[in-house]
Amino acid sequence: MSLTPGLDRSASTDESALLEVCNASTTFATDRGSLRAVDDVSFVIKRGETLGIVGESGSGKTVLSRSILGLLPRSGVLQEGSIVFDGTEIVGAPDKLMRAIWGAKMAMVFQDPMASLNPVVRIGRQITESLRLHLDLDRSEAKATALSLLEQVGIPSPKERLRSYPFELSGGMRQRVMIAIALACSPKLLLADEPTTGLDVTVQAQILDLLSSLQKERHMSVILVSHDLGVVASRTDNIAVMYAGKVVEIAPTATLFSSMAMPYTKALVDSTPRLSQPSHLRLSPIEGRPPDMTTARQGCAFAPRCSFATDRCRSETPPLVTSPSNPLHRFACWNPLNSISIGESS
Amino acid sequence: MSSASSPRAQEPLLVEESLLNATRRRAFGVMFWICAGWIALVVLLALLASVLGLQNPTTENYDSLNQGPTLAHWFGTDDLGRDIFSRVVYGARVSLIVGFGAMVISMSIGASLALLAAYRRGKIDLLVSAASYVMLAFPALVAVIAIIAFWGHDLWKITLIIGVAGIPLVFRVVRAAALGYATRDFVVAAKTQGASDWRIITKEILPNVLPAMVSFFLIGVASVVILEGALAFLGLSVQPPTPSWGNMISESRTYLSQNPWLALFPSLAMILFLIALNLIGDTLRSALDHQEGKL
Amino acid sequence: MARYLVKRFFALLGILFFISLGAFFLIHLLPGDPTVTILGPSDNAQNRAALTSQLGLNLPLWHQYLVWIGNVLQGNLGESYITHESVSRIISTAFPIDLELIIISQLLALSIAVPTALASAKRPNGLLDRTSTTTSFALLALPPFILIVFFVLIFSIYLHWFPGPGSYIPFTQNPGQNLRAMILPSIVLAIGSIVIYFRILRGDLISTLQQEFITVARSKGLSNRYIMWRHALRPSSLALLASAGLNISGLVAGAFVVEYLLALPGLGYEIVNSINQVDYLTVQGITLFVAVVIVLVNFVIDFLFTVVDPRITRE
Repeated sequence: MSLTPGLDRSASTDESALLEVCNASTTFATDRGSLRAVDDVSFVIKRGETLGIVGESGSGKTVLSRSILGLLPRSGVLQEGSIVFDGTEIVGAPDKLMRAIWGAKMAMVFQDPMASLNPVVRIGRQITESLRLHLDLDRSEAKATALSLLEQVGIPSPKERLRSYPFELSGGMRQRVMIAIALACSPKLLLADEPTTGLDVTVQAQILDLLSSLQKERHMSVILVSHDLGVVASRTDNIAVMYAGKVVEIAPTATLFSSMAMPYTKALVDSTPRLSQPSHLRLSPIEGRPPDMTTARQGCAFAPRCSFATDRCRSETPPLVTSPSNPLHRFACWNPLNSISIGESS
Repeated sequence: MSSASSPRAQEPLLVEESLLNATRRRAFGVMFWICAGWIALVVLLALLASVLGLQNPTTENYDSLNQGPTLAHWFGTDDLGRDIFSRVVYGARVSLIVGFGAMVISMSIGASLALLAAYRRGKIDLLVSAASYVMLAFPALVAVIAIIAFWGHDLWKITLIIGVAGIPLVFRVVRAAALGYATRDFVVAAKTQGASDWRIITKEILPNVLPAMVSFFLIGVASVVILEGALAFLGLSVQPPTPSWGNMISESRTYLSQNPWLALFPSLAMILFLIALNLIGDTLRSALDHQEGKL
Repeated sequence: MARYLVKRFFALLGILFFISLGAFFLIHLLPGDPTVTILGPSDNAQNRAALTSQLGLNLPLWHQYLVWIGNVLQGNLGESYITHESVSRIISTAFPIDLELIIISQLLALSIAVPTALASAKRPNGLLDRTSTTTSFALLALPPFILIVFFVLIFSIYLHWFPGPGSYIPFTQNPGQNLRAMILPSIVLAIGSIVIYFRILRGDLISTLQQEFITVARSKGLSNRYIMWRHALRPSSLALLASAGLNISGLVAGAFVVEYLLALPGLGYEIVNSINQVDYLTVQGITLFVAVVIVLVNFVIDFLFTVVDPRITRE
């Protein structure tokens, strides 16, 4: 496996790589100048693997996932670099080409299940329409498939639900329906963008477990996008931490938690509540806000909020470098945590 | 849940928004001022018509019947030799008085009721809303035609009748706009500080719905001008020989194939006036939407 | 659903009651004496008093209303003072013309407004969108009576494409001629509706197309055409439907003007003539009938709301 596709040529020929994102950038033209929402991002996902993308709101996660899907509007948006999915270049691909991929090979579960389902179309048709389009099923075959999909995602009395409208379902049920829609044509890659954000905590766990089990069954790759490190911690193979449009740290999940290098990653962890913690323990929120992405800046984007920041952090942008201890661990920081903590303890 | 980010963390897709902003800015440009200038010109001409030394709009002249535009008669003459330019200018008075007069009546009564209903809610709101629904269900034009026909069609009665007929519509529009503000924090804050109802309505709510009212007022004037024209065609507006744009166009039908100028100039005057009113009203409304969107 | 409709139905009865009051008092509270109209101004007081009691005009107003509404409920709207034809008969001959005019014009308006709005909303600010928005803006300022004048001048007098005013022939006598005579008024009537429908639908479509479920539909690989017609149009048609309800009143008004100008013997033509002849009962009957039709159309539209958006019955 390789997390360095831009440099490692062998990765692009790797039989098991499903998605290769290489120096991808996405820039919006806005009133106040151009906004680089995704800035020079690279990573690879293998078949059957799960990547977690974590970051605060405004860090570029959602734009990144939509760039991968090729769903951004055409005007006012500049996409650079390369995103190769299953041998097809997504960047600059015409909609006509993408329509054969969308829904069939690559599918997305969106953030807000209420907004993602068409309020005036029955659940049944929202599932069967892609089945009939991509798999060429006739009406009754599509209906039977939809029925079994609803069963798989754990919806009670699925037969009646086919004739329901979205408003007749609870939030959790709606998100299950969204998952059924996304999985309808057995895609190879599923993008889940904050799939549980609007849901109750108990329902959140159910939906995430459902996604994990379906992924294993179908040997599907998943990108799980969340602002909540706790959500992705136990359900991913790798985690990429994003800040101000850049990937600032990326590593196998276990490595990331055992030896995180970026102060920002640590800040994210510290701001996430955990069940193992005593409930009275105060969470430490990250002070300040993410930077204004339309203004040019020097140095590390996180420096103004970072308690370890030095003059160098404020003047030079740290490159994404490979950790000396683990070739799969890469981070962008002049003062990685491990060295600091070692220094402090001695 | 992380305290550093909102639970509904959604990243803004700013593209479409900026496109829309760009068009709005363009819309408030040259066309807006041309239209405002045109309306100002029409109002000015109508006001000063009697001191401008125009030919008498009702003087018949059998030496120059049905002429096209000439130097002596800029817009030509009609079938009785009357000067069309002068008639168009005097005719503007009718459209302006009926249009603005009726909307002033509708607005002042409809908006007052609406502000009161939206602020007080309860029984007043229920009662006036129900009444407005019933009035709206009644075909306005039929009622207006019938009342004008039986009560008489001088300028002031027409204005009054159309003005009253417009009240329920104004009420509904302003009430909807005011409802959104009546529950906002600043109104609640003013209430807890002990401000009087009158003060809250005039100082807190009215200024916020005023832009919407101005825009609706202008578009309303355009509709009333059309309605007056329709009444003129049915012979129910001001009576000849007093000119109005509507009865000029209507009378032109008899000689239309010989002298299309008869219809052309009053029609153009009316159409340009309507376009100007609509464009200004529309521009104000989208500027307002934009402002609202920024809140 | 049933409960919603029952509630609407009772509201409907209430509104109908108030409308009957309106139509009744519209005539009775206005100055003018019907006996003068019928007998002429020079007749003697005795004859006038006799007619007054014959018409029931000496009874208290509420009594007159009860007598009148009782007759109305049995389908008796009285008879014209002038022609002595029954008002119900006048209405039943004239109304089909309005109906035909309105149906043709609305089909025309929707078949132009909907595809144009869909195409415009797909690329807001594109060439097509700007052209159609500007055109619609200009059309908004073209009152039907001006259109009629110039259409008649161009298409009837100069080009002879369509027959001029006064050439109406009932559909049952000659369908071809009938339709030919109906085309011009229908187009005039349609133009106003096109503008309204286009502007409202375009605006709603643009905001619907920014909704997440449209992105979801795209992410399923559905074609743009399918997304526009099957996913975007329906949630965007609520305001369109509501505007159709508000529009119906204006449409009837427009139809009246068009009929009068082109001498189509519909309700508009009849009511204006009756007004000019001070034919109280005919005016009253037509007013009541039109008001009831408008209210019923709005009731049907309320029902259509629940079809277009199933969420409504829940609220």
